[in-house]
Parts: sequence; structure tokens; C-alpha cells
Amino acid sequence: MRIKAIIPYWYVLLILVSFSCNELKRKTEENNTQSEQTRPDTLIQTPVTVKMVYIPGGEYKPFYGSDSVLVKVHPFLIDERAVTNSEFLQFVTLNPQWRKSNIKKIFSDSTYLKNWPSDLSLPPTANPDAPVCYVSWFAAKAFAHAAGKRLPALDEWEFIAMSDEVSPNARSKRNYSDAIIDLYLKKNRQYNPVKQAKPNYWGVYNMFDLIWEWTDDFNSILSTNDSRAGQYDDKNLFCAGNATSATDILNYAAFMRFAMRTSLKANYTVANLGFRCAKDTIPIKQTR
Amino acid sequence: MKIKNYLLFSTVALLPLCMVSCKNGFNQKANSNATEIVAEGNPEVAEITGAPKVPAPIGNRSAKKLIVNLVTSEKEGIIADSIPYTFWTFNNTVPGSFIRVRVGDEITINLKNDANSVLPHNIDLHAVTGPGGGAVASSTVPGKETSFTFKAINPGLFVYHCAAPPVPMHIGNGMYGLILVEPEGGLPKVDREYYIMQGDFYTKASTIKKGVLEFDNDKAVAENPDYVLFNGKKGSLLGANMIEAKVGETVRLFVGNGGPNLTSSFHVIGEIFDNVYLEGGSTLSHNVQTTMIPAGGAAIVEFKCEVPGDYVLVDHSLSRAFNKGAIGKLRVTGEANPKIFNAKSITKE
Repeated sequence: MRIKAIIPYWYVLLILVSFSCNELKRKTEENNTQSEQTRPDTLIQTPVTVKMVYIPGGEYKPFYGSDSVLVKVHPFLIDERAVTNSEFLQFVTLNPQWRKSNIKKIFSDSTYLKNWPSDLSLPPTANPDAPVCYVSWFAAKAFAHAAGKRLPALDEWEFIAMSDEVSPNARSKRNYSDAIIDLYLKKNRQYNPVKQAKPNYWGVYNMFDLIWEWTDDFNSILSTNDSRAGQYDDKNLFCAGNATSATDILNYAAFMRFAMRTSLKANYTVANLGFRCAKDTIPIKQTR
Repeated sequence: MKIKNYLLFSTVALLPLCMVSCKNGFNQKANSNATEIVAEGNPEVAEITGAPKVPAPIGNRSAKKLIVNLVTSEKEGIIADSIPYTFWTFNNTVPGSFIRVRVGDEITINLKNDANSVLPHNIDLHAVTGPGGGAVASSTVPGKETSFTFKAINPGLFVYHCAAPPVPMHIGNGMYGLILVEPEGGLPKVDREYYIMQGDFYTKASTIKKGVLEFDNDKAVAENPDYVLFNGKKGSLLGANMIEAKVGETVRLFVGNGGPNLTSSFHVIGEIFDNVYLEGGSTLSHNVQTTMIPAGGAAIVEFKCEVPGDYVLVDHSLSRAFNKGAIGKLRVTGEANPKIFNAKSITKE
């Protein structure tokens, strides 16, 4: 009797599952066609000569979460410095669709490459070796793509940011945050050329002293698609709400970065916001 | 007998005053009525003012749509004795501009973050009913502008401040101001109105620029300020900057406390507050010597000036007044009134 009663449920479940799988497949296919239309895969590869640094990765305690929640960061490669004005000029020279006058409106707000007098000329006062700013997340992603790279994930970026000049994780050092804030508060530092300051423990330059940097998942802190969501549903960054879900409430520098990231939209271009590229150490699987 | 008579007399004399106050004060709770008030006409840009000035009273006007334009900036200013400090501000002043509206108004806040800013800023107005007081909706990166609209449904005097993390640092650098939501028909008329806001400042020498002070996180966490100031500057209400009134005039002070940490024991030496709108809300208290103003809170105090002279405004946690700058002055001019105060020097032989 009982078994008989259960069978129909199984059957219904099976149908449901197979249906949703089909649906998922269809949606994925749709997405793929969409992204092929919008993704600039007609990009001309842009040769970039920047040294990439190997980061071994490891277990890391994110700024958000609790002590017990560690995130694993896989080994990856990171540009030792930010993408410069001259490199971005080269990119738009080879890829006309990303020039100031051609960029699609959905990919950028009105201040894209704001100070450039024309499509293919840098501002007369700009240092070609200074980091490029006024670039949207879309444009940064396209550049990375053209360079055969990608943008670093937020966790990858923050993993590197834990280090000072002598140690891979300086977060518990007394003046760690203050030293970064001293760098952050300097105005107009984005106009300085890259690699003028000392590199950190990994050999990476200018994590804090020139610009804010895009990460691939810059606004993921507001999404709730990870395992911590149930536990920490209050990820709002206003007033003191954030303090309840931060692991290190004295790390004011990290609060500032998160404040910046959560205020961004992918089409934003900002005076002191640029990027650097990352790369997997193993070839990306052709899953898509 | 004499004392009894006096008490009786003063009670009778004060009664009508109380009744007037009760009728015209904030005794109007937020309710569906406030929500239903229609804000008429096209949006107008609201008059906003820097301290110690306040915009004109709303009077009898009906509810309307208002636009408030605010700019956030990070700029050097003088904190005390020609010592520069890197303030963060609303509209380039500490405190930020005074906003004056009425219940039922629909207010659009346009928040622009100066292109020269390094950090994102936002605004949390305690007068807003909605998530974060508007902070999330107004999170603005350098060079951008955000906007949100709210309906003022609770009357009172409210603090607004930047709520971008790390919040104590944004507030500690001066990012706060006041918004007054007047009840329908406005507050009772007075002769003088002033805007005063207290804040505690935690400083250290800047590593960026010699001779300039900047925010010290350690001192802030320890709640041990170097300066406790009215209107963001030592002496902002002293000397040529004194606030003024004449004998016989009624004075209303809109007093806020930005904090980020200290509670103010606000007192005017030589005056008794006839009326205090406790915590800026609907409860009227009378004959008050010192009123507590919490961090992130406000109060309205009113008194009549009877005797000429200089009246000293202090945080009556007096080390702050004597040593850290929480001091200002009200100069009252006019004829002496020996019935109320008679200074005699008696020399004993």
C-alpha cells in the first residue's frame, strides 16, 4: 500500500527534474548566443608586456564572513602593476569598437576616457605610464580578454591585499590598515606612473597607492549566492550594519574598498578607478 | 505666603504659553494623514543655509515638492588656531547645510560627490522613513551624482550624516548636518533662530602633508577626542562670529550633535531654557538648565533674552568646553533690567 502510494510522487518528481534540466539547457544556450552577440569576441589580441606574478593562493579569511568561514583561493597569475594609459591606447587602436566615440552606450557612462582629447590621443598632461582611469568594467573586461587574460576575482585581489612589503598576511599588524589609509587619502595620485613605490611581499606593485581597481565580481558582496548568505544576511554597507558581518572591524581600509565597490555599476567610469589583469595558471576548461 | 502667591501667579501666567506651545509644537504624530498630504506644484530648489544661519520658516504654506542639492567633498579647513585639518563635508561646510521642510513635503535629495574626492559618500537622513535613511540609494562614487525622493511624515529636528563605511571616520571628519521638518502651520514665531552643531574630533599629524591634521582611528575607538567643537571650528561662535539678540527677543537654537561618539550636555550659562523640544521630538519640556543631546540626535531650545550681556554656550561636560573647544557666545544687547539682575559691588569696610 505504502509503496504504491509513493511511486506516483517519484514519477512526478522525475518529470519535473527532466523538465527543469531542459529548461536550464535552453536558457544556457540562450545566454550563450546573447553573450556572443554582445561580447566583443572580434577583439584583436593586444600584445601586452607586463610581468605577471605567480600567487600560490591558499586558505584566506575574507573581510566578510566569520572566522570559521575560510575561502580557498586557487593559484593564479596577476599583473605586477595596473594597466597603463599607453597600453589602453594600444588596445583601442587595435579595437575601434572600444574607442571613445564608438563604445556602445550600455558599456559605459558618459565619462569614458574623459580627459582624452580624441579617440587615439592621450591627454597632453597624462603620463603614458600612469594607470588608465575612466574605464568601465565592460571595457576593462574587454581589455583583459584581448590580452588573453581576465579580471581578478575579488577574493584573489583581497588575498594579495593582505600582504605588506615583508609578509603575505599583515592584517594583524598594528598599523596595517592605517598605512593603507594614509595612501588612500592622497589626492590625485592616479596621475603618477606605475611601479614607483616598493612592491609587496609577492612582488606586486601599487595595490593601494595609485587607484581603486575593478575586480571581476566587484559587487558580489551584495549578492547572496554563497554559503554564508544564510548566516550573514545583513550585508548592507550603510551605517553600522556592516560591522556585524565584518571579521575585522578595525580594518578601515578594507571598509573603504568595499564601500567603493558596492557604490559601483559596471558601466561607471571614475577618475581614480582602473584595473589590472589576472590569469589562471592552468588552461581554462572549454565548458562553455 | 509671598512665595505661595508668586508660585500661583507664575503658574497662571505660564498656562497660556503652554497651551500655545502645545497647539503649535510638534504634537503631531506621523500617521496616514501625513502620508496622504499632497505635495503640490512643480519641484522647487529648497533654500539651504550654512551654520549658524537657518532658512526662512515654512509658515503657513501647503506641502510642496522640494529639491535639495548637496555636494560631498574632502577638503582642508581650519579646525583651531590656524591649524588645518582635512574635513569631509556636505556642501563644503561643517556642519553641512541646514535643510528646512514641512510635514507632507516630497523632498528629492540630489547628492553629488565632488570629482576631486577619493572616496564614495552617501547620506542617511534621520528624517527619512526608508532603508538606511537613503544611504544605500545615495551611495556615490567620486564624480557621480545620485538621487532619491522621500516624503517627510514625522515632524521634528533630525540629524543627517554620511553612512559610508567606515562610518565613524566619515562622521568624525565632519559629515553631518540638520534637517528640520516643521509641523503643518509651522513652529511658533520667534525673533531669532540659529543653527549649532556639536562634533568630536580625533586628530593626528597627516603623513601626506606636513602641518595638517587628519582623523586618528585609535583615538576615535578610545572615544578620546582632541577637540569637541561647535560648528566644526574652535571659535566658530566667538568674537566676530558670536550670535546675537536684543533684550526682549525670543531666541530659538536648533542644536544638533553629530558625534560620532560623545553625548552633549548643552547649556547656556546665565539662561534658562523656557522650552526644550526634547531630543528634537514632540515632547516639550520647560524651565530646563541643561539638556542632553545624544550623538546622532538634536534638540530645539528656546528662551527669552531679558538681561543684556554675553551668554556662554557650552557642553557642560566642562573639560570639553575649557580644554577642547566646545564653547560659543550669544551677545544680548539692550537696556539693563535691574529687577531681574542687578550687579552691585559691595565693598565692606
